[in-house]
Amino acid sequence: MDILTFMQQMINGISLGSMYALIAIGYTLVYGVLRLINFAHGDIMMVGAFAAYVAHASGVPFELSVVLAIIVAMITGILTDKIAYKPLRDAPKISLLITAIGISFFLENLFNVLFGGIPRAFSAPDYLTRSIHFEGIIIPMTVIIIPTVTLVLLFVMLWILNKTKYGMAIRSLAFDIPTVKLMGINADFIIMLVFAMGSALAAIGGIFYAISYPSIDPLMGVIVGLKAFAAAVLGGIGSVAGAVIGGFILGFTEIVVVAFMPELGGYKDAFAFIFLILVLLFKPTGIMGQDLERSRF
Amino acid sequence: MKLIKLSILAIILLFIWFAQSHFDAYAVSILNNIAIFAILALSYNLINGVAGQFSLEPNGFVAIGAYVAALFTLPAATKIDMYVLQDPSPLVLAMHTSFLPALLLSGVVAAVIAFMLSIPVFRVRGDYLAIVTLGFGFIIRIFAMNQPAMTNGALGLNDIPDTENLYWSGFIMVVTFVIMLNIIYSKYGRAMKAVRDDEDAATAMGINTFWIKTYAFMTSAFFEGVGGGLMASMLTTIAPDQFTFLLTFQLLIIIVLGGLGSMSGTIVGAILVMGGTEWLRFLDQNMDIFGYNTGAHPGLRMVVFSMLLIVMMLFARKGIFGNKELTDIFRRGK
Repeated sequence: MDILTFMQQMINGISLGSMYALIAIGYTLVYGVLRLINFAHGDIMMVGAFAAYVAHASGVPFELSVVLAIIVAMITGILTDKIAYKPLRDAPKISLLITAIGISFFLENLFNVLFGGIPRAFSAPDYLTRSIHFEGIIIPMTVIIIPTVTLVLLFVMLWILNKTKYGMAIRSLAFDIPTVKLMGINADFIIMLVFAMGSALAAIGGIFYAISYPSIDPLMGVIVGLKAFAAAVLGGIGSVAGAVIGGFILGFTEIVVVAFMPELGGYKDAFAFIFLILVLLFKPTGIMGQDLERSRF
Repeated sequence: MKLIKLSILAIILLFIWFAQSHFDAYAVSILNNIAIFAILALSYNLINGVAGQFSLEPNGFVAIGAYVAALFTLPAATKIDMYVLQDPSPLVLAMHTSFLPALLLSGVVAAVIAFMLSIPVFRVRGDYLAIVTLGFGFIIRIFAMNQPAMTNGALGLNDIPDTENLYWSGFIMVVTFVIMLNIIYSKYGRAMKAVRDDEDAATAMGINTFWIKTYAFMTSAFFEGVGGGLMASMLTTIAPDQFTFLLTFQLLIIIVLGGLGSMSGTIVGAILVMGGTEWLRFLDQNMDIFGYNTGAHPGLRMVVFSMLLIVMMLFARKGIFGNKELTDIFRRGK
């Protein structure tokens, strides 16, 4: 293993980690506010990727179809909350989780019926897919663009959460919903905002995924969603910065282990699960997390 | 009282005998399927409905059960012929028992793995159980694919002896049902319900919530493993891609429809959902609506079922039976 290969793998790891991070933020936000594992989140990423694909295939310029995809994903996210989660706010948690898995399965099968289960090629403009050669390392443009966009979005998210009124409302909802309502804050609007932000990031993550592995299929969100959730738990669920750190750790591990021990390549998808088990065993609050069970009371 | 229960039991056993010997092959296969799904759903309802811990484990444990039962019932000579990717490991060749011990082993292996999963999961509150078990279903598939010396990899196992028939599945279904009812009405069952309704209060009452949840989870896993073994013998061929999340989803529909926490409801749910799946088969095929051919839509049935699940959760959360049992009719006087 020479230094060039090593650099190459590092670059790939950053890119993969960014995608996990973008999706993990959505999980962590919703879990922080509602204590709900939003199983449909991975599928909203899939909806975003398909929306971009359909828009681009029907002649809309790529940049505009990305914007359209983000809007479609936001609407899908808000609708799932309004239709499926909001009526169950006071119900036992198991009802909410069952509905979430129902929505997830519904979206997967709906897109399966609409588009068929065969993967479709995802075409992106040349400036995103070409590679530059630098000192013997091949750097695809995606691995520069994806981490940059992720970091910018992370800072935007942290700014919204820590510096704006809405961010303050989101953070306070994580502690105590009834009291927040008594303070005159429209809790349902804030929750809607959380779903909209998470879904927008998921759509961006989905489009990045579609560009990097240039194909999309209705089940693409399942494994990625699972890994992103593991990343969110690893970073400390409820913490946005933690989700990003967790995403990067997971992305690096996958790339590095497969690069250095190719015989483990078949087990690539299992690392996220092993991380999840280890975190739950040794540090259930994750790297950045606080004890959310206690903070409710 | 006891007489009524025994006569119900006798009627069911008589029906199983009548169906196996008089019905045509198609009807028997549907009944067989219903019985196996009822076994799986009954055990799935214990962890989800009675103990209230949302779990998505069945496909993983069914896969384990199916593989264990298949490996233990296949003769060594067949295995040597079948394993083309890699020679079977000596351990695989050494495994051989008759059908009943193989079924029990399926259950035991699943229960042991359930125990190992419950240590990390139940240390924190139950939230993570759903995602860990969902991931577990994928992991089992990955391992089955990547251990060709054990599982024959992606090719799966064929020619599994089809010992299973309606006597096996029907009888095990009745046994599972009786055991589940006995658990529900025992002190463990009451403790599970207490954990479901209010974990803090249950802890305050001196219930060891970790052990109660683990106990429920392991019992579920045991019967899912047994059900998986039956399924392997019914299908005679298994492959890693067969035990997908779809299986878990069907079971979830069954227990939600029948009523979370109601074992009688689960049986009714199994009959309705498995019967409905057969009946709705037309949805996936070509349809002529007013002369317009819609083309085949594989998956449309599952869209209908997932909408049914969401609607049930929103408007009829209790399902058909709520958390009542048929036998509650007899218990009114107590």
